[in-house]
Amino acid sequence: MDTSFSPEDLAFRDEVRAFFDEAYTDDLRERTADSKLYRDAIIEWQKKLFEKGWIAPNWPVEYGGTGWTPTQNFIYESERSARGIRDVVPFGLKMVAPVIYTFGNDEQKERFLPRILNSEDWWCQGYSEPGSGSDLASLKTRAVLDGDHYVVNGAKIWTTYAQHADWIFTLVRTSSEGKKQQGISFLLIDMKSDGVKVNPIESIDNHHSLNEVEFNDVRVPVANLIGEQDKGWTYAKALLAHERTGIAGVADSKRALAEVRRYAEAEVNGGKALIDDPLFQKRLSDVEIELMALEFTDLRVLSAIADGGAPGAESSLLKIKGTEIQQQVQELRMDVAGYYQGVLPTELSNDVVGHDFGSAARQSYMYGRAATIYGGSNEIQKNIIAKAVLGL
Amino acid sequence: MNFDFSEEQTMLRDSVARFVQDDYDFYTRRDIVASEAGMSHENWKTFAELGWLSVPFDEEHGGFGGGPVDLMVMMEEFGKGLVVEPYFPTVVLFGGLLRAAGSDSQKAAYIPGVIDGSILGAFAYLERQSRFELADITTRAAADGDGYVLNGEKVLVSNGANAGTLIVAARTAGEQSDTQGISLFIVPADAEGIERVTYRLMDGQHVANLAFKDVRVGADALLGEAGNGYAVMDRVIMEATVALAGEALGLMGQLNAKTLEYTKTREQFGVPIGSFQALQHRMVDTFMSYEQAKSMLYRAVCALDNDDDDLGREIHALKVMISRCGKHIFEEAIQLHGGMGITDELDIAHYAKRLMMINATFGDGDHHQARFNALSYGSSSSGTGTANVASMSDAA
Repeated sequence: MDTSFSPEDLAFRDEVRAFFDEAYTDDLRERTADSKLYRDAIIEWQKKLFEKGWIAPNWPVEYGGTGWTPTQNFIYESERSARGIRDVVPFGLKMVAPVIYTFGNDEQKERFLPRILNSEDWWCQGYSEPGSGSDLASLKTRAVLDGDHYVVNGAKIWTTYAQHADWIFTLVRTSSEGKKQQGISFLLIDMKSDGVKVNPIESIDNHHSLNEVEFNDVRVPVANLIGEQDKGWTYAKALLAHERTGIAGVADSKRALAEVRRYAEAEVNGGKALIDDPLFQKRLSDVEIELMALEFTDLRVLSAIADGGAPGAESSLLKIKGTEIQQQVQELRMDVAGYYQGVLPTELSNDVVGHDFGSAARQSYMYGRAATIYGGSNEIQKNIIAKAVLGL
Repeated sequence: MNFDFSEEQTMLRDSVARFVQDDYDFYTRRDIVASEAGMSHENWKTFAELGWLSVPFDEEHGGFGGGPVDLMVMMEEFGKGLVVEPYFPTVVLFGGLLRAAGSDSQKAAYIPGVIDGSILGAFAYLERQSRFELADITTRAAADGDGYVLNGEKVLVSNGANAGTLIVAARTAGEQSDTQGISLFIVPADAEGIERVTYRLMDGQHVANLAFKDVRVGADALLGEAGNGYAVMDRVIMEATVALAGEALGLMGQLNAKTLEYTKTREQFGVPIGSFQALQHRMVDTFMSYEQAKSMLYRAVCALDNDDDDLGREIHALKVMISRCGKHIFEEAIQLHGGMGITDELDIAHYAKRLMMINATFGDGDHHQARFNALSYGSSSSGTGTANVASMSDAA
């Protein structure tokens, strides 16, 4: 048992630090934080990572991955979050790419992977539907074969950044025979196709990141089908395990917690800093101690994967604990803001209103409620653990 | 980075596991607890023969040269078997103090005896008023010619009923709760002036209150430097806490396994109760508690092995986690066993009581969370509250 850094690890850490310090400019930081400028800014940052060769650490080396050890991955993530650098957009790099390089054919790999790596294409995820949430397999969007095309009809919902997307990866029903999981196919759809319509959804934080995507007689080439028809559920399940591994978000929660502490040092109540309030300290350490443990749970899972294990039900644990902690940190941050959590970002400027983090704290708290719902709700994760780990 | 055990660690773990499996079932243990001594001297001989008593000691004293991970894996197996033989007070605590502060001649005088099983040791540090404050010591050791005279009382001395040799924390200077002025002494338990009252605790331990009335010891009884005993205790107790958390993990693992097994076989309304989602989610929660406690333990044992700067914080966090997860797991185990869960006949109750005792040992979860907070938070600018982290660390 050993978690100390080797001289090679320390040299790697220096390299990561030097690159971040140079490449992630203040200007880039400001623009990625601005929802109107986010798209172009994050693409600009991702292109820098691509040029450095660090855009897809978790991919197999043959497709453009870095081949880092779990320790190097840990160092990279820690340094990234310590600087408050936004993570890459996950839909292409972390979600559809593993499906394409695992289950796609050579032509699909050559066609899609390079454009994901260099951020030419922005992807979004088409899983949930207006009528199917946690019971994902009940989905009804139909794809009917017509010559060398599928004709797709139906709707997807909660599609994050569909308004920016060039492509959407979808689960569609190609058969109603047998179990409902069996007639589902994994289809890649060009968002510029005729019959694709994006309807914005304003979320609880008054932002627009979510959408409904309608498909009306959309013709999709058969070449865009991943693997075999009717086998898409298997591919999607593999993807969900990947999605959940990253979802622990330990490094980002550490950074967010440090921010809460800074705000609570500055916030004064009755002449006393909030950080000195024993009740507040108790709430803070309740979360921090869980997070310290989760960091090692994460490392234990990553280390097991590096030894040849596949991410399985352990990723459900990471998802549950990781999202619970994220929400607790968001709640603390909002509570520090006090009255100022109520201010709308579009009203008075920060200079006039007082705290400059109040509205952002509320927004991330409110939108953060989604974390225990998406990616398979936490209750679904518990069902998975009960079945796969406990054998119930 | 790896979380694997070495070949030696795997051997040690398997060796203890085999003993528990073959020679330490629940009823055997119950009889040992009920016996006069509250431990089996026969088992202790076996521990010596199997080399377990030598694990943390240096090879030059006949030891195995093991580290914190070796102790952790053994303690986890002791936990699974609810082993009551005084491995922790003798080898980990008493032995740990000797290793940390003993002179060459003291080590040569006592360590071989611990290893061959002839010396049972105990560490007498708690007093009636101390609660969880280790520095709250009023027992006095007054210089007297070449030696010292001890007066005062120690309570709840673990293995105090059977120990032949004691290490006693007494004040040679300073006020009641000063960290400075505490000294450690090696004292034979049958020294003139020691009055011993023994009693049992809920987890089967036989402990003692020890009254010291003008107990004379020589200068060679002093363990480490006079007045600097607190730093030694603090360090050894951090190491011991990690070992104890290993035992707690073993207890938690058994509780979860036994509860899960029970819910798969116990039928109500014509089906196993494990088929109810309301119970499944509760067991998923205790599974997660176990994994989180294990992660925190691994984190702390690595910090100890690497001698990290903020080891104190890690240890406080570990104690909080063991307290929180332990309680969560045993309360759920009792609940899911239904009426049987509140009987003394079932082993569940005994695992619970041992976890409760571990929670109280060296300070409970709340105590350690307050310490953690003092080390971690506090305004740096306002000047109110606890600003100076370095001085808090010294006091902790």
